[in-house]
Amino acid sequence: MSTKPKLYYFDGRGKMESIRWLLAAAGVEFEEEFLETRDQYEKLLQGGSLLFQQVPMVEIDGMRMVQTRAILSYIAAKYNLYGKDLKERALIDMYVGGTDDLMGFILMFPFLSAEDKEKQRALIVQKVTSRYFPVYEKVLKDHGQDFLVGNNFSWADVHLLEAILMVEEKKSDVLSGFPQLQAFKARISSIPAIKKFLEPGSQRKPVPDDKYVETVRRVLRMYYDVKAN
Amino acid sequence: MSGKPRLTYLNGRGRMEPIRWLLAAAGVEFEEVYLETKEQYDKLIKDGFLLFQQVPLVEIDGMKMVQTRAIMSYIAGKYNLYGKDLKERALIDMYVEGISDLMQMILMFPFSPPDAKEKNLESIKERATNRYFPVFEKVLKQHGQDFLVGNKFSWADVQLMEAILAVEEKVPDVLSGFPKLQVFKTKMSNMPTIKKFLQPGSPRKPPPDAHYVETVLKVFKK
Repeated sequence: MSTKPKLYYFDGRGKMESIRWLLAAAGVEFEEEFLETRDQYEKLLQGGSLLFQQVPMVEIDGMRMVQTRAILSYIAAKYNLYGKDLKERALIDMYVGGTDDLMGFILMFPFLSAEDKEKQRALIVQKVTSRYFPVYEKVLKDHGQDFLVGNNFSWADVHLLEAILMVEEKKSDVLSGFPQLQAFKARISSIPAIKKFLEPGSQRKPVPDDKYVETVRRVLRMYYDVKAN
Repeated sequence: MSGKPRLTYLNGRGRMEPIRWLLAAAGVEFEEVYLETKEQYDKLIKDGFLLFQQVPLVEIDGMKMVQTRAIMSYIAGKYNLYGKDLKERALIDMYVEGISDLMQMILMFPFSPPDAKEKNLESIKERATNRYFPVFEKVLKQHGQDFLVGNKFSWADVQLMEAILAVEEKVPDVLSGFPKLQVFKTKMSNMPTIKKFLQPGSPRKPPPDAHYVETVLKVFKK
């Protein structure tokens, strides 16, 4: 058995993308198994690999980990991206909680009707510019350091960059009122492991399309209408 | 200023209740500030107390902490309820996150429209009995220990106990197929700090009622 972590999910972003980002940022190579059919999913279920019958699932260090947050916390701690003490961890957890909520608005986006998509896009931009980005802009401005927490690269920085890029895909000039975040984006993007992840051919997944939505619906038998927040 | 943690939320369960449980289980006394009006909430935001303009807010160790998970992780870490190493922490995190998904259904329940309540109640019952409780029944059966992780009391045990009681309020016989969970529930109930929390007069909040729902809608009205 390979010692690389192995990721089980659809061939697309969804809840697994933050995990791909964090592993890549930590310089950890990983393998992926993509769910394409209902049968594959049922086989995983019957085999008992999915603790709560859900993906993401990551095989890592002899564990079959589920629950995105648990997986991310484990990776962050293992690869020293979780601060140096309890208080730094608390800050990282708070910041990641915010970017997680923000990305949550985008997670369901592909599943919305065309009309709801427009409303959601406006909501995302409004929340991002009034609630989330100002917080990180201020954090960076107040301490003047390169990274969000403890003057050290951490999970919080990776998560924020991921969130920034995702929002920019919905509104390309969304950073225009946030000079610190613009500089942050440039800085973090140029970290070698991240730069590599941002290049074509990496395991980073593209913006979800109709095919992705169709696959998720088919595999999970998730045919109900998804409503916007 | 008191050294006790100070909790700011509505006078009810919501997203603060798991935090009350965890502090109580750790034997930590705390103070509470209850939001009753929109004005109070708007003032908190204006005064810069709420990082993302949201509650729960817990003032602890000089920090104004927000984000429920961040707060709970900090408390668990500080009071040694987070396992002894990374792998135990991973297990605790997995269990807690799973339970949290179940609790989310209960959290939203009072806010569902009347014609959806029966369906939602069915969903809670279905998930508890088919997805979540079987996992913990199996964990306890397989290792035969009193606690979920590492043979030691942890955040995961507190969270599971809270969830069991919350589901039982909606589905009284929900533990009937889960003998290990019944034993677990009894054991937890008898732990001194939890026993105290389960007594009248503790900071534990009652199930949400119409007044609570009304207050939530009023305070957080846009």
